[in-house]
Amino acid sequence: MPPLASPPPKSSPRSGRPRPELIFGDLWPYDPAPETADPKLKPRYDLFIDGKFVPARGGKYFDTINPATEKKLAEVALAGPADVDAAYQAARRAADGVWGRMAGRERAKYLFRIARLLQDRAREFAVAETLNGGKPIKESRDFDVPMAAAHFFYHAGWADKLEYVAPGRRVAPLGVVGQVIPWNFPLLMLAWKIAPALAMGNTVVLKPAETTPITALKLAEIFQDAGLPPGVVNLVTGAGATGAAVMAHPIAAKVAFTGSTEVGKIIMRSLAGTDKKMTMELGGKAANIIFDDAPINQAVEGVVNGIFFNQGHVCCAGSRLLVHEPVAEAVIAKLKQRLRVLRVGDPLDKNTDVGAINSREQLNKIRHLVDVGVKEGAELYQAPCPLPARGFFFRPTLLTGVTQSHRVAREEIFGPVLSILTFRTVDEAVEKANNTAFGLSAGVWTDKGSRILKMSTELKAGVVWANTFNKFDPASPFGGYKESGFGREGGRQGILDYAKLV
Amino acid sequence: MPRLPITKTPKVYVGGAFIRSESARTFPLRDARGAFYANIPQCTRKDLRNAVEAAAKAGPGWARRTAYNRGQILYRLAEMLEARRAEMAEALGVGGIGRAAAVREVSAAVDRLIYYAGWADKYEQVLGNVNPVAAPFFNFTVTEPMGIVGIVAPDPAPLLGLISLVAPVITSGNTTVALASEKAPYPAIVLGEMLATSDLPGGVVNLLTGFRKELVPTFATHTHLRAVSAVASADERKAIQLGAADSVKRTRLLKAEERIDWFSADAQHLYAIRDFVEFKTTWHPIGS
Repeated sequence: MPPLASPPPKSSPRSGRPRPELIFGDLWPYDPAPETADPKLKPRYDLFIDGKFVPARGGKYFDTINPATEKKLAEVALAGPADVDAAYQAARRAADGVWGRMAGRERAKYLFRIARLLQDRAREFAVAETLNGGKPIKESRDFDVPMAAAHFFYHAGWADKLEYVAPGRRVAPLGVVGQVIPWNFPLLMLAWKIAPALAMGNTVVLKPAETTPITALKLAEIFQDAGLPPGVVNLVTGAGATGAAVMAHPIAAKVAFTGSTEVGKIIMRSLAGTDKKMTMELGGKAANIIFDDAPINQAVEGVVNGIFFNQGHVCCAGSRLLVHEPVAEAVIAKLKQRLRVLRVGDPLDKNTDVGAINSREQLNKIRHLVDVGVKEGAELYQAPCPLPARGFFFRPTLLTGVTQSHRVAREEIFGPVLSILTFRTVDEAVEKANNTAFGLSAGVWTDKGSRILKMSTELKAGVVWANTFNKFDPASPFGGYKESGFGREGGRQGILDYAKLV
Repeated sequence: MPRLPITKTPKVYVGGAFIRSESARTFPLRDARGAFYANIPQCTRKDLRNAVEAAAKAGPGWARRTAYNRGQILYRLAEMLEARRAEMAEALGVGGIGRAAAVREVSAAVDRLIYYAGWADKYEQVLGNVNPVAAPFFNFTVTEPMGIVGIVAPDPAPLLGLISLVAPVITSGNTTVALASEKAPYPAIVLGEMLATSDLPGGVVNLLTGFRKELVPTFATHTHLRAVSAVASADERKAIQLGAADSVKRTRLLKAEERIDWFSADAQHLYAIRDFVEFKTTWHPIGS
């Protein structure tokens, strides 16, 4: 473990004084700056079926915790097959009776209402999201919640303009859609899934992630406040077995899944032989490519954002850094310096950069893969920051000297771990970036517009960020090539995946 | 004494060359009256893998052609088929299709090629777009070909069905390995000869003949096939979907047990192209 104190400052050759270095963190402690808005949590959450909160038939509850303290936040109903079935029956009644027949302009108004009501309670939702998921409050406050509202707002406007979604064809809703979402962006993923489905006239049965169900159930309160007809959105909470029941239910005309490639493949196999439509948004191992003409400081900031945003729990995280050899040394040195000032700790602190790992299970997985990386010959650098005594935390980590065959260059770590490789030519960068089973996203850092377009053309990835990373927008389609899944979410392309052509 | 006609040895068109199966296996094709017609190559899984390699080699070059050029080449293929309509109608006749129906099918196949030839430099304008994101970026979504697409053609309409599946896939720059109708493989043998003279680069369309039972499982599991487009039975669909899961392969499966009207205008549309493209979204910075 590296020492906590910063290395002794080198003296300036002229004056003999220490060269100024803007690293305050290890000289004196920061005062905490906690966000204090009330998340308005209930001690117990039931399932949301047919417009009402109802206990699970089995009467079982499971605890959901704050990963930053390991303390229980609330208990949540565990949905069994009978509950999932009740949710689907309610969704079908709503699809046939109300939602599927409603004029698009009226559906739009409900979605606009939901967006507005979520904006009204944004801070409350941000705190709840941070408590349950471990992400820094500045991210849930400035990204997750506003972006979730933006998704409802964007898709609301589509509901009465569906004749423009598929030129030359008419579109119709599919019926009932089953959706399973992950724990990294609990509210945002829910918005990505629900908003386009509802705009198109489908109804939904959705399972939030096992570890992060709270904001979904809080949003159900907003559905009630908005007067959304019963059964249009049904939420069933639970673990893998509940998710499998949601995916396999015969009423589901389509299933949409966001999660790991491993589970995505299991779902695809389990649905083989059925006529269910699918979209899969799976894992990634994105290359973030820095050329020697890139603005280096900006690129380093982008790389830090690319991999440490949301503790690296991002399917499109820039987890493979490809650096042009002439600037590799400088980039790595700057990255190490930048890591030293990252503040890891209490997610509710407004100054925290990196929050808690979502679960003990995920923390163990990250630790294991980093150990493998070191055993396979990568060199480890970790930020020398103090970590809280309780909760699931992991130091921002760089692995240098990584080669393409290393597991840390091939497998999704889903944590704050950056694997660094180098390249000499543009062709080599393309070759290395594409040498993966995944193809979700990629980043390019260069001063040349023509090179951006060349790289964007060559990279086999669904999203290419140039001189930026981890940017999202409801108007911008998101989704993968190859084993990162199929179908798009967002934009005109995304909404068509919730329609059938007639 | 009447002249004994020369019969043609059927060969499949793979990688721009006419080959027999690596296994040297064949199966006898009989005409509608039950008389022996020719020995058709009974392609193997190894032949399929070789064809995938040929398609992989041809892929980048075909995808880089300009859309205008791909459209012209598809049009050229239609010209080749138009010029040899009689020969193709005869090939369809071997499978028992009457003369008038055969001529109608060939004409429809030519028209289908023309339809997709025209799409080559337009589908991007309809499927792609610029996205108004709330940040200083020029954000645009374009399509790209998926790569190599496996095709399993239907038995009814052995020519029109095959072309209806192949044409939209290659329009966008994919390359294909296609299994011809098992019951009526001869039109695909003749089609290979037209492909060879059509300016279509070798390896873009690779045609195999053989048995579905032997080859469909490999279409399902071959990881270099990024997608499968098939007219398949319930069992085959399940097998293809199971195999597709291993590499998250895209599938577009039509039901063999349902009657598909390949002649209808609904059998050709933009969305048959869309099913075999990936959407790529680029965030290009705007600034000084």
